[in-house]
Amino acid sequence: MAEGATATARNNGQAMAVALTGVGVAFRLAGGGVYTAVERATLNVADGEFVAIVGPTGCGKSTLLNIAAGLMPPSAGGVDIFGTSLAALNRQAGYLFQADALFPWKTALENVAIGLETAGTPQAEARARAQSWLTRVGLGSFGDRYPHMLSGGQRKRVGLAQVLIRDPKILLMDEPFGPLDAQTRQIMGNLLLDLWNADRKAVLFVTHDLEEAIALSDRVVIMSAGPAARVIGDWRVPLARPRDISEVRLDPAFHELHREIWHMLKAEVIKGYAQTEGV
Amino acid sequence: MRRVQLIVLQVLVAVVSIALWHALTTYPIFGRTLLPPFFFSNPLDVAQQVVAWFASGVIWKHLWVTLIEALLAFVIGSVGGVLVGFWFARQPRVAAVFDPYVKMVNALPRVVLAPIFTLWLGLGIWSKVALGVTLVFFIVFFNVYQGVKEVSPTVLANARMLGMSERQLMRHVYWPSALSWMFSSLHTSVGFAVVGAVVGEYLGSAAGLGYLIQQAEGVFDVAGVFAGMFVLAAFVIVIDTLVTMVEKRLLVWRPAVGEGRP
Ligand SMILES: Nc1ncnc2c1ncn2[C@@H]1O[C@H](COP(=O)(O)OP(=O)(O)O)[C@@H](O)[C@H]1O
Ligand SMILES: [Mg+2]
Repeated sequence: MAEGATATARNNGQAMAVALTGVGVAFRLAGGGVYTAVERATLNVADGEFVAIVGPTGCGKSTLLNIAAGLMPPSAGGVDIFGTSLAALNRQAGYLFQADALFPWKTALENVAIGLETAGTPQAEARARAQSWLTRVGLGSFGDRYPHMLSGGQRKRVGLAQVLIRDPKILLMDEPFGPLDAQTRQIMGNLLLDLWNADRKAVLFVTHDLEEAIALSDRVVIMSAGPAARVIGDWRVPLARPRDISEVRLDPAFHELHREIWHMLKAEVIKGYAQTEGV
Repeated sequence: MRRVQLIVLQVLVAVVSIALWHALTTYPIFGRTLLPPFFFSNPLDVAQQVVAWFASGVIWKHLWVTLIEALLAFVIGSVGGVLVGFWFARQPRVAAVFDPYVKMVNALPRVVLAPIFTLWLGLGIWSKVALGVTLVFFIVFFNVYQGVKEVSPTVLANARMLGMSERQLMRHVYWPSALSWMFSSLHTSVGFAVVGAVVGEYLGSAAGLGYLIQQAEGVFDVAGVFAGMFVLAAFVIVIDTLVTMVEKRLLVWRPAVGEGRP
């Protein structure tokens, strides 16, 4: 247990895709105080590795992703992306946000194409490639719909295409399937695994659903309840790939691991509740 | 069926009101006319006046003048409001410095400016345009300012992660957001452009619907005043319908009010 937490930023001489080392995050509160959300969090993601972060609500999962994305600097510790210290926006990462982040004034097709257009791809070519990405996520005939005309699951698919079309080396995903119903989550999970299997990006996947975390990832990382949340557990998932989300849940190894992790997570979830209720 | 029913009821309201108006100004009740025609005219006289205006064609000139004034006020006020709104929203320091003055000017009843504009710009259309601009500008300004400020932080973060430069952020994020806020106040700002024009004409001019009403009032021609009001109301409804059409075209990406997400 806790093997990855002690791993160094190098893996067989190859630089880690994402290496958070002793990261701390403190928020200045409006009242004048300081809230230490995360303290001395250390987390590595190797190239091509799919890592899930699980932790109680409010422990700082989104905050860690924002730091890996370079959207905010850590107040302590360091962030290295492929061996280079991150100082500004992480240009190698694609970020699928927790909240709705599509441009409401753009159609699904325009939303997907925009990431190429900003990089200077001619509009016609960007649109053609966006169309093929929409088809890959199963929305080939929805290109001219605006986000408000799509269901929650469809919006997440557009968001996925929007991020993947730029072919980022690192994929950051913040509870992407959180608001979806159980069936849609499974379908989306399988879609994600299919897409990921094609070129194996480094993935940092935040979820509050332990089953989803185990079913999808190579490693599951557990965070403690805040304040001063840390990475307290790190498990390798011994399930073969390629996987099918619904089948993998029947595997005895899955249950074994789930029981083991849940034992630790339960205590943190209870702590997390006590803290949020106490505030 | 429901739609037809609605229209029938709407027409009914007009018919009953006009019938009441006609009856009360024409037939004495217990020896007294409740609405003396001298003050309230009557529907027939008003209709005759309207018909006469259109038949002789004099009305077109006045409508045209009012339309041009309102249009200029709308365009100039909107362009100014968009530019300053953008500028203030992107430069919080400038906004903070000017904040008390913006509030001060906005709190001022604009009618008191009309004589000054007449003094500065004469009796022609420009004093009316200026009055309309002071009304339109602030509505557009506040909406654009809000629109730029209230862009969802997630959408903004997403745009940056998708590699947008400052210029691309302007074009693909701030600008559409500001425009959507501006368009949501389109009815109000267009309405105020017309108000500025008509009030300006009323206070001193040589042409326009406001002038027509003011002239009739000057000679106690109540039928003329009412006729002017009806033409003005019809004019505003036509413009409002056009605005609704433009709005529908431009804001296709927004859910209709009350429409739930599928
Ligand atoms: N801008 C902020 N100011 C103060 N506190 C914040 C801010 N952003 C997040 N927090 C706090 O930091 C903690 C972690 O937040 P977050 O990363 O969003 O949690 P989650 O694990 O649910 O994604 C929470 O307790 C939250 O209240
Ligand atoms: Mg979160």
